[in-house]
Amino acid sequence: MSGYQDKIKEVALRLLKDGSVDMVIGFRKGTLPMMNEPCFIRRPEDVHQLVWDSNCGINLANYLTDRKEKIAVVAKGCDSRNIVTHIIENKIKRENLHIIGVPCQGMVDKRRIISEFGDTLLDVADDGENLKIKIHGSEKSLKKTDVLQSNCAACIHRNPVLFDELAGELVPEQAGVDRYAEVNRVEAMSPQEKWQYFEDLLSPCIRCYACRNACPLCYCPTCFVDESRPQWVGKSQDPIDIRTFHFLRAYHCAGRCTDCGACERACPVGIKVRQFTSKLNKDAFEMFGWEAGMTLDERPPLDTYKPNDPNDFIK
Amino acid sequence: MNLMEHMGIEPGRLQFSWISSAESTKFVDVVKTVTASVKALGPNTTYNKQAVKVA
Repeated sequence: MSGYQDKIKEVALRLLKDGSVDMVIGFRKGTLPMMNEPCFIRRPEDVHQLVWDSNCGINLANYLTDRKEKIAVVAKGCDSRNIVTHIIENKIKRENLHIIGVPCQGMVDKRRIISEFGDTLLDVADDGENLKIKIHGSEKSLKKTDVLQSNCAACIHRNPVLFDELAGELVPEQAGVDRYAEVNRVEAMSPQEKWQYFEDLLSPCIRCYACRNACPLCYCPTCFVDESRPQWVGKSQDPIDIRTFHFLRAYHCAGRCTDCGACERACPVGIKVRQFTSKLNKDAFEMFGWEAGMTLDERPPLDTYKPNDPNDFIK
Repeated sequence: MNLMEHMGIEPGRLQFSWISSAESTKFVDVVKTVTASVKALGPNTTYNKQAVKVA
């Protein structure tokens, strides 16, 4: 981990010093344990702030939208796929980017650690394999692979797909993981059970839109939920309005979502927001053989027509 | 449509058709099948926002 961090700093310093970029987007320590925050480094003397560990789950592609300056960005596998999606959707120019690829071994699910140790954590340190958790008067060690975010545990694209240089050796991709286990579980339910499942899932939602704000795909200047002429969806806490927001937002991510987990990570009440997008990811994969952001050379299935597009649903 | 059914809309309640303005008979057939399948499912009790009750 510290190897990655040193390399990221070294690259950032070089790029800022020789003026090849105006800004480096990376992570710095947050004010609480496990809460690294995105940071925008413009001066070589600020490079020391940059960090890298297992709490860099925020998707930095989110901060690239419509930027005009030269930017170096630190990118995990999923971030790099979202950068590809951004380039395809003309939200950023490839030539303005210097991508510092970080082969990723998964990010830690901070909620699981907080639920186990309470919020009196003093510090969580990370040596790549294990987490050292400091609470008042004692210290505990956890295996990192046991506390990964659910999307990271089932990730098969840990290495960046697009990068100018790497912060470390490429890591082996996971094999034999079931990416759609949760989706399959819900698919096996009856319609009434499914309805109830999502009713329970969304019941704590306060419509803060943190999921939308954390999502690199949600870059519309005015989101459909904020419009009032016409008003597409009710703005209330009515369960139907909440559900409409979540499933419409998911549809906007169809064939674009890279399953980075930013939405779930951002949710203040811990809703498994990925339950919606995972289904669409599975459909995109099964119907179009498509995984978002894997290549710059192919248009996404939902903005191209192919004679063999599945259309059995049209009667 | 898959996501709608995934979150609990009964299969058959949501249907898609492509009917040309010249296909009057197809239009009638589709309307018949859609109404029959929706009637068989009964009223939509789930995805249905109740109007606000004003005292």
